Amino acid sequence: MTDQAYNFAYLDEQTKRMIRRALLKALAIPGYQVPFASREMPMPYGWGTGGAQVTAACLTPDDRLKVIDQGADDTTNAVSIRRFFQRTAGVETTERTAEATVIQTRHRIPEQPLSEGQILVYQVPIPEPLRFLEPRETETRKMHELEEYGLMHVKLYEDIARHGEIATAYAYPVRVEGRYVMDPSPIPKFDNPKLAGNPAIQLFGAGREARIYAVPPYSDVVSLDFEDHPFVASKADHECDLCGSAGSYLDEVITDDRGTRMFVCSDTDFCASRQAQGHRGRLSPQGATP
Amino acid sequence: MYVAVKGGERAIDAAHAWLAEERRGDPSVPELTLAQIREQMALAVNRVMAEGSLYDPDLAALAIKQARGDLIEAVFLIRAYRTTLPRFGASRPVDTAAMAVDRRVSATFKDLPGGQVLGPTFDYTHRLLDFALAAEGTPPPAPMAPAPDEPVPHVTGLLDRDGLIERQPAEDTPAPDLTRQPLELPASRALRLQALARADEGFTLSLAYSTQRGYGRTHAFVGELRIGRVAVEVELPELGFAVEIGEVELTECDTVNQFKGSKTEPPQFTRGYGLVMGQSERKAISMSLVDRALRWQELGEDFTGAPAQDEEFVLSHCDNIQSTGFLEHIKLPHYVDFQAELELVRRMRREAVQMQEAAE
Repeated sequence: MTDQAYNFAYLDEQTKRMIRRALLKALAIPGYQVPFASREMPMPYGWGTGGAQVTAACLTPDDRLKVIDQGADDTTNAVSIRRFFQRTAGVETTERTAEATVIQTRHRIPEQPLSEGQILVYQVPIPEPLRFLEPRETETRKMHELEEYGLMHVKLYEDIARHGEIATAYAYPVRVEGRYVMDPSPIPKFDNPKLAGNPAIQLFGAGREARIYAVPPYSDVVSLDFEDHPFVASKADHECDLCGSAGSYLDEVITDDRGTRMFVCSDTDFCASRQAQGHRGRLSPQGATP
Repeated sequence: MYVAVKGGERAIDAAHAWLAEERRGDPSVPELTLAQIREQMALAVNRVMAEGSLYDPDLAALAIKQARGDLIEAVFLIRAYRTTLPRFGASRPVDTAAMAVDRRVSATFKDLPGGQVLGPTFDYTHRLLDFALAAEGTPPPAPMAPAPDEPVPHVTGLLDRDGLIERQPAEDTPAPDLTRQPLELPASRALRLQALARADEGFTLSLAYSTQRGYGRTHAFVGELRIGRVAVEVELPELGFAVEIGEVELTECDTVNQFKGSKTEPPQFTRGYGLVMGQSERKAISMSLVDRALRWQELGEDFTGAPAQDEEFVLSHCDNIQSTGFLEHIKLPHYVDFQAELELVRRMRREAVQMQEAAE
C-alpha cells in the first residue's frame, strides 16, 4: 500500500536530488564526510534517519529492498524501516541478500558476498572516527584536511600498552584508498575485511550529524594496525548451533538462568539458507550434521 | 528448543494497538477535542509550535493529543510533518515594532512610550492550587479597556537614539536556514538565532541560568519583553506589492547588557535577542541571554570556557529531537557490538589470568 499523500519514497524530488549530489561527491572522494542538509524523518534521529534518507534517494520503483538490523531481517527496527518503504515507495522487499538491489543495514555486513549492482546503505550514528579523541567538529575537519591522524595511532598504541592489544571490537577505524580515515559504522571488526574490494557500492548516511560518505566498488580499505600488532577479524570461537557454520558472526543467546548459552548466526538469511540446504548445528531439531 | 526472540511484525502491531488504547485512556471519560487542547492547553500548543518550527495551533493540538501530552514527542510529529511541506517563498520580515501587544514590560524604565502592559501573566499570581478549577466553571469576565492606539516603540530604539546601545544595522542578505543547509561552524548570528528559536526550552533555560550564575556572565537586563500579534506579509511578484496573509503570535525579548567600548568608541550597551513563536516568554528570555553569551568573540570578550559561550557545544546539543532520538536509540538492539566487546573482554581476562599464573 502506497501512501498517496507523500512522494515516492517519502522525500520530495528536490531533497532527493540534494542527497544524490552529496552521494556522488562522496563516491568521488572515498571516505570523505560530505555535509548534507539532512531532513527530519518520521523516525527518530539515531534510529536510521541517515540510512533512510540515502535509501530514499537511491530507490527506484524497480528496486528490491532488504533491511537488516544486527544482521537480522526480523529485528523490530528493521521491520519498522522496511514497512516505511513498503508504505511510501511500494517497492518489493526481500530477506534474501542475493536478491536485493538495495540493502539498508545497521551494525552488520551480510555474510553472503555482495555483487556488482548492489547498494549497501549503512546507518551511521557518529560518522567522525576522531570524535572521541577530539569532540570539536572544527578541529576534526582540520585534522582530516591535513591528513593528521597521529592522534588515532597514539590511541591504538595506548590500547596495546594498556591491554596488550587494540581494545576496539566494533566501529574499528579504517583508511580508505590511502587517504581518509573512516568510521565503518558500528559493525563488528569481524566485518571489516568485507569493506575492502567489495563489488557493491557502499554508502554511509548519518542523519543527525548530517554527513554522507561512501566506499566505491573495489576500493582499497585497510583496518588501522601496527606491523607487530596486525589487525585480526575476531568472532566468538564457536559454531552456529542452528546451521553449524564456523565462519559466520555469531550472537550469543542466554537460554536459562544458570548461564547456559547458545550461539547463532547474527545473519538470519545466511543461517536460514544454510539450514534449508541441510546444514545442521548442535541444537538443530533434527540433531547433528547429516 | 529455544528460539531467539527478536521482536518482529506481530509484536510491533500489538504494541501500537496497546499504545492507541492507552492514549485514549478510560473510554468512560469523554475524549479531548482538538479545540479543547488548542484553547485550554495554549502554552503547550505554543511550545510545540515553537520547537516544531511550524505555526499551526490546530496541528500542534493534534500532535499533543497523539503524543499523549509528551511535548517532545509532539514536537517530533510536527517536525516530521513540516519537512514534507512545499515552500512557496519567504515572507517579508515581520515588524515587531508594529505588534498589537497583549503584554509588554520593560525592566529598565519605569514608564515609557506605549506603557507597561502586564497582560495575561502568571507573574503575580500566588502559586496556590485553585481547587475551584477542579469543578468546571467559567471565570468572571476580565475588565476591558480600549486598545491604545499610540505606537509601542522598542526600548532599544530609544537607547539607540542617544547612541547608548550598539547599532544593529539592517541586512539585506537572505537569512540562512539550517533546515535546508547543513550546519557549518562557525555559524553566523542569524543561524545561531534560528537554532535557538527552535531549541529545547529546558536546555536553553539551563544554559541561560548558567550565565546568570557566572558561567559566561553578561549582566543582562530585560530591556523589553513583548507578546502579541504581528502581520505576516508576502511580496507577490505578479502584483508588485506585499499582501498580508495572516497573523502570528510572537514573544520577543531584547536584553540590554554590559558595555563594550574601545579606544575609538565610547562604551555602549550591547544586545541579546530572543524571538519565539507563540506566548513563550521563559524561552524568549533564555534565548536572548544565550544569544548574548555566544557573542563573546564579536564583542571582544574573553572565552572563559563556559558552555553557554561555546557555539559548537550549544548548537550541537540544543535540538531536543536530535537529542532524544540519539539518546533513546541506545534501547535498540546492540547485540552485535556487545558480542564483539564480550569476546574482547573474555580474551583479555583470559590472557591476564594466564600471565598471573605464569608469574606465580
